Amino acid sequence: MNNLISMRDLSKADILKLLSTAEKIETGEIKVDITGKLAALLFFEPSTRTLFSFDTAMKKLGGKTLIMTGTGNTSVKKGETFSDTLMTISQYADIIIQRSPIEGAARYAAEVVDIPVVNAGDGSNQHPTQALLDLYSIMKTQGTLENLKIGVVGDLKFGRTVHSLCQAMSDFNSEIHLTSPTHLRMPRHILDDLDEKGITWSEGEALEDIIREVDILYVTRIQKERFADIDDYKKVKGSYVLRRSMLEGVKKNLKIMHPLPRVDEICKDVDGTEYAYYFQQARNGVYTRQSIIATLLGKV
Amino acid sequence: MNEMKVQRIENGTVIDHITAGKALYIAQLLHLADSSLFVIGSNLQSSKLGKKDIIKIENYQLHEGEKKSIALISPSASFTEIRNFKVVAKETAELPEIIKELIVCPNHNCITNLEDMKSRFSLNARTMTLQCSYCEKKYTIDEVKFKRQI
Repeated sequence: MNNLISMRDLSKADILKLLSTAEKIETGEIKVDITGKLAALLFFEPSTRTLFSFDTAMKKLGGKTLIMTGTGNTSVKKGETFSDTLMTISQYADIIIQRSPIEGAARYAAEVVDIPVVNAGDGSNQHPTQALLDLYSIMKTQGTLENLKIGVVGDLKFGRTVHSLCQAMSDFNSEIHLTSPTHLRMPRHILDDLDEKGITWSEGEALEDIIREVDILYVTRIQKERFADIDDYKKVKGSYVLRRSMLEGVKKNLKIMHPLPRVDEICKDVDGTEYAYYFQQARNGVYTRQSIIATLLGKV
Repeated sequence: MNEMKVQRIENGTVIDHITAGKALYIAQLLHLADSSLFVIGSNLQSSKLGKKDIIKIENYQLHEGEKKSIALISPSASFTEIRNFKVVAKETAELPEIIKELIVCPNHNCITNLEDMKSRFSLNARTMTLQCSYCEKKYTIDEVKFKRQI
C-alpha cells in the first residue's frame, strides 16, 4: 500500500491489517517510532477534528508536522498550479495528508508526488481514514465486523463519510439501512457498488422504522456548506433529531456513532446513555491514523 | 423506400453499422463539417442491426482515439479503409476498458476540470457506464461529453 486515497482501493485483507495494527498500537503491543519523519498536513478546506487527529497521531508516533490550512497565505493564491505546490512540498515532507474541496484531488496528488499521500477528504467523494476509524470503532464495540445491521442517517448525498463507510462495510456482509430526506439520498454509484457486492440495503425517510433493528446507528450532520441555496438547507435542517426517548426498545448492543461535529441531530440527553459512542469514536481515530501513517511509512 | 444508395468514395474511411440515430453525433464529434467531404446515411436497413447509420468520409483516416470514442457511442460500428475504391483494411469497434483523455467529466468539481491534466474513465461494458477515476462518479455514455478530436 503506497497511498490511501479511496476505500475502493483497499481489499478486505488490507482493511483488517490496518485495524489489527491500530489495535496493537492502542494496547501497546507494538511501539512504532517515526522520529525524524515529517508530515505535511495540507488542509485546503476547513477542518478541526481531522486535522488535530492526524497531528496527534504523527506526534504520538514521534514524528513532526507542517500544517497548511486554506489557500490564503500560500502560492496557490498567487496562481501556482496545484501540482507545483505538491511537488515543492514533497521535497520537504515524508508524507502528505491532504483535505480538499475538489473531488479527485487526492488521487491526482498521489500521481504527482513520489511520497505517500493520504486522502483526508476530497469534496463530497471519499474520506477513507474516517471510514477506517469507523470500522475500528464498530469492531471494538461489536467484537466483529461481519453480518451486522447498520443504520445510516442524515445527509447521504453530500456526506463523504457515509460513502466511504458503506463501501467499507460491503466487504463484511452487512445489511445497510439508509435513512434520509428524499433529495439527500445516497448517490447511485455507491448503491451500485453495494449491489455488485450483493449487499442487502434499504432506503427510507423515517428513523423510527429502523432504530430497533440495527446494531450501529450512524448519524451524520446535514452540512450547510454543501447547499447552494440556503432555503433548501433550512427545509431539511433538523429533520432527523435523535432523542433519548427514541431509544426505548433498541438492541442492547446498539452503539450510536457520529463523525462529528454535530449540530442538533443528536440531543445532549443521548450523551449519557450506554449507546452513545461518538466521543470514543473520535479517540479511535488517533489509533487508526497512527496505523495508517506507520503502514505508509513502512514502519510496521 | 428501404433501399438508398450512399455514394462510393475513392479514398478514405467508411464507418458502418453505426447505431441508428448516432451518425450525426459522430460527425459532429469528428468535426467533419469543418473541412471534410462526407456523406451520411441514416436509418438504413441492416440484417444485423435492423436499422443502422453509415458515414463515408473522403480522404480521411481515423486515429485510435477517434475509434475508441466512436466505439463508446456505437459499440456495433465497423471501420473500413478505402483506397482507389477498394477495401484495404476493415475492423470492428473495440470497447476500451480505460478511456484516457477522450471524455470530459460532467462533474464541475472534479479535479480533471480544474487542473491541466488528462481525464481517465473506466468502462463497465455490461452496464455501459463510465466511472471517473478521480471523482469516482458514474455516468452513462449519453451523460458525458467527448473532447474535440485532434
